[in-house]
Amino acid sequence: MPLDQLPHNFLTARLEDLVQWARERSVFPATFGLACCAIELMATGAAHYDLARYGMEVFRASPRQADLMIVAGRVSQKMAPVLRQVHDQMVDPKWVISMGVCASTGGMFNNYALVQGVDQVVPVDVYVPGCPPGPETLFHGILTLHHQIRTGDLLARRERSGAGAGIQVGQRDGTPSHVQPIPVRRKSA
Amino acid sequence: MADDTADGAAAAAEPPTDEIAAAVVDRFPGSVAVDSHGQPVVYVDPGVWHDVAAFLRDDQRFTQCVDVSAVDHLVDAARAEIPGVTLERFEVVANFLSHPRNRRLRTICELGDEAPTVASLTDLYPGLNFAEREVYDMFGITFEGHPDLARILMPDDWIGYPLRKDDAPARIPVVFKDDPAPR
Amino acid sequence: MSEPKVTDQEEQRLEAQTDEGAQVMTPVRGEVLGGGVLWPETDDTMILNMGPQHPSTHGVLRIMLELDGETIVRSKPVIGYLHTGMEKTGEELTYVQGGTNVTRMDYLSPLSNELVYSMAVERLLDIEVPPRAVWMRMLLVELNRMASHLLWQATNGLDLGATSMMVYGWRDRELTLRFLEKITGLRMNHNFIRPGGLAADLPDNWREDLDEICVTVEHGVREYADLLAQNPIWLERLVGVGQLTTEEAIARGITGPILRSTGFPWDLRKAQPYLAYDEVDFDVICGENGDCYDRYMVRLNEILESVKIVRQCADRMPAGDYRIQDRKVTPPPRARIDESMEALIHHFKLFTEGFRVPPGETYVPIESPRGEIGCYLVSDGTGKPVRLHIRGPSFYNLQALEPMVRGALVADAVAIVSSVDPILGEADR
Repeated sequence: MPLDQLPHNFLTARLEDLVQWARERSVFPATFGLACCAIELMATGAAHYDLARYGMEVFRASPRQADLMIVAGRVSQKMAPVLRQVHDQMVDPKWVISMGVCASTGGMFNNYALVQGVDQVVPVDVYVPGCPPGPETLFHGILTLHHQIRTGDLLARRERSGAGAGIQVGQRDGTPSHVQPIPVRRKSA
Repeated sequence: MADDTADGAAAAAEPPTDEIAAAVVDRFPGSVAVDSHGQPVVYVDPGVWHDVAAFLRDDQRFTQCVDVSAVDHLVDAARAEIPGVTLERFEVVANFLSHPRNRRLRTICELGDEAPTVASLTDLYPGLNFAEREVYDMFGITFEGHPDLARILMPDDWIGYPLRKDDAPARIPVVFKDDPAPR
Repeated sequence: MSEPKVTDQEEQRLEAQTDEGAQVMTPVRGEVLGGGVLWPETDDTMILNMGPQHPSTHGVLRIMLELDGETIVRSKPVIGYLHTGMEKTGEELTYVQGGTNVTRMDYLSPLSNELVYSMAVERLLDIEVPPRAVWMRMLLVELNRMASHLLWQATNGLDLGATSMMVYGWRDRELTLRFLEKITGLRMNHNFIRPGGLAADLPDNWREDLDEICVTVEHGVREYADLLAQNPIWLERLVGVGQLTTEEAIARGITGPILRSTGFPWDLRKAQPYLAYDEVDFDVICGENGDCYDRYMVRLNEILESVKIVRQCADRMPAGDYRIQDRKVTPPPRARIDESMEALIHHFKLFTEGFRVPPGETYVPIESPRGEIGCYLVSDGTGKPVRLHIRGPSFYNLQALEPMVRGALVADAVAIVSSVDPILGEADR
C-alpha cells in the first residue's frame, strides 16, 4: 500500500521491539573460518544456499564492523588468544555461534592441542552440531539466533543458565559487557 | 605376534636387492639395508646422517628429500629386530626421492634417550626447514646446523614435546550435564 | 617503481637473519644491505602482520611481511594456529577408526587422505583390494580433485576480486558435493575409503548423476576460461607474479601443481602409478613460467583431466566386491548382523578393538590435489599405530612463499598466497 493511502501516516511500536527487529535483520558476521567448518560456512554464503536471504551475506573482515562471530572449526591453544582478542574487538551487542563439534566441545580431538569447547574462551549463544554441520544445520542455528535476538531472552537466558562455562566476559577494563550496560547519566533534580 | 617378528627378522637377513641401498652400505660401512614391504630402507649411523644425504644428493641424484619425521618407540609392544642395528628409543626417518631416476629411498637413524641430536639436512635440502622444526617441536630432537630451530606448531612458550610417548595426550575427561563425576 | 635487486650476498644475509625467533619479526633499522640501495639509511622498514584472522590467508595462516614502502623485502610464515594434535590422536585410535582422523586433515580433499592412510595400512597388512574397490577409489578421488580445484578457482577469484568467479566455482562444486553425499552420506569428511576397500557400494543411478556432473563441470571450466583466462585485469594481477624456478621448487620440497607450473611434469599418478592410474588415459598438465597465472591454468586444466579420468572410471567400472572379503578387516554384511549372533560379535569386536597389524613401517605417497601426500605408518603389532605421520603437501608448499613474495608488492602477496592453495588443516595437522 502506498504511503499516501494510509489513514494515518505513522505507526506505533515499542522501541524495544523495533530495535530487536532491526538487530535481527542486520546481523553482520565476522570472518572467523578456522577449519573444515569454514568451508561449509563459505558454502552457506555462496550461490546455492545463499545467506543473503537473511541479510547476512556480507562477512566483515574487521571485527569492529561485525556483531556475530561464527567460530567455524577447531580452536587450538595457539589460536585461543587470537579468538578472544577478535571477540573483544567486536562492538556490543555481539553474539557467538559455535559451529561444529570441535568448536563446541573439542569433538573427536580430545588432546593437548585443542581448546575443549570455545565456550571456555568466549560466551556462546548457539551451538550448531555436526562435523561439519551442513549449510541447512547452520541455517537452523542462525534462525535460532535470530529468534533469540528478536524475543530478547538471549541475555536473560545466558544469565539464568550460566552458559559460557560460567566465565564472565568483560571488556578490557574488566566490566562484564552484557551484565552492565553503559550507564545513562541522569540529571539530578 | 612372535611369528611376525620372526618374519621381519628373516626378511631383514636377506641381502639388499636395491642397488642404491647397496651403494649406501658399500660407502658407509655399518649401515644396514633392509627391504620394508618392497621399499628400500637403510639404517645409518647418526654420525654419518648428513654424509649419507650428501652422497644421495650428489652421487645418486636424489633431488628431493620429501619428508623428515621421527618415531618414539618407548612403549612398543613388539619391534622387528634388525640384525646389525642397535635399536634405540627414537628413530629419525628421511624419505628421499630421485626425480631423474624415479626412485625412492628411506634412511633411518637411531637416537638414544639422552639429548637426541642429529645433523640438520637443511643445507642440502632447504625444504626440510619446516619438517625439522616440526620434529624438534614434537619430539625434542635437536638438529645441529639448522638455521632457526624454533617451535613451529605449538606456541613458543609451550613446555614438553607432545608426540613423545611419555608426554600425556592431556585428555580432558568428558563430563556430561548433571553427571555426578567425570567418567 | 624500481624493482629491488636482491643479490646472492643479500640473500645469504636474509637467510641467516632469523635469530630473532621463528614467531617474531623485527624491522631492520637504518641498515644498508650489501647491494646498497634497498633501504635508505635513515629510513626503517615496516613490519606488516597478515593473519591469522585474515580473509585472504585461507584459514589461519599468519605471514609477517617486512616492507620497504610497498615492496616486500622479507617474509616469514607462521603456522600452527590450527594444530589439532591429529598425529597424537591417531596413535590412540584403532586402524579402523583412523580414517575418521586423517580425513579431517586436508578438508578439501578428504578422500585423498583416507586413500593414502588406507593404502599404508593395506601395505602393512599385505592385502590387495578387489578391482571394483580400486576403480571406485579412483573415481572418488578424482571427483574430489575436481571439487577441490573448483573450490580453489572460487576462492582464488574471491581473493583477487572476481566475485562472480567465486559464485560459479561454488555452484559447480556443490553438484560434486551432492553426488559425494549421495555415495558416502556426508558432504565432507567422508571416512568412506577404509582399510580393505570402501564403506559401501555405489548407489543406484550413479551413472546418470556422474554424466551430468561431467557435462556441467566441463561446460563450467570453459565458462571460467572465457571469464578470466584472457581478462586483462586478471592477466595484470597474475602474469609474472610470484615466479618460482624448478630448481628452487624441488629444493624446497614443493610438489603438485606448483611444481608442475614451473614446467616440470612430475605427477605421481604418472611417475609412480598407484591404484589403476597406469590403465587410464590422461595428461600431466604443466606450465612454463611458474607464476601465479601458470598455477591458475594448471589447476583449471587439471579439472578437465579429472573429468577425463572420471569418465573412464565410469566406463570401465568392474563388477564385484567393493571391499576385500577378509574377515580380519572386513565387517560382516549388514543383513547378516540381524540374523547371526556371531556376525554381531564379529562386527562389534572389529569396531571396538579393531584388527591387529604386524610390526613394520611403511611410507606410501600419492598425488593429492595439492601435491605429494604421504603416510608414514609404524606398527608394533597391536591394534593401534605407534606412529601415524602424514606428509602434508601444504606444509612443504608453504615454504615456497618466502622466495615467491620476495620483491613483490603487498597486493601481490594476496595473489601469491592464494595461488599456493595452502590448507592449514593439513599443514598444521
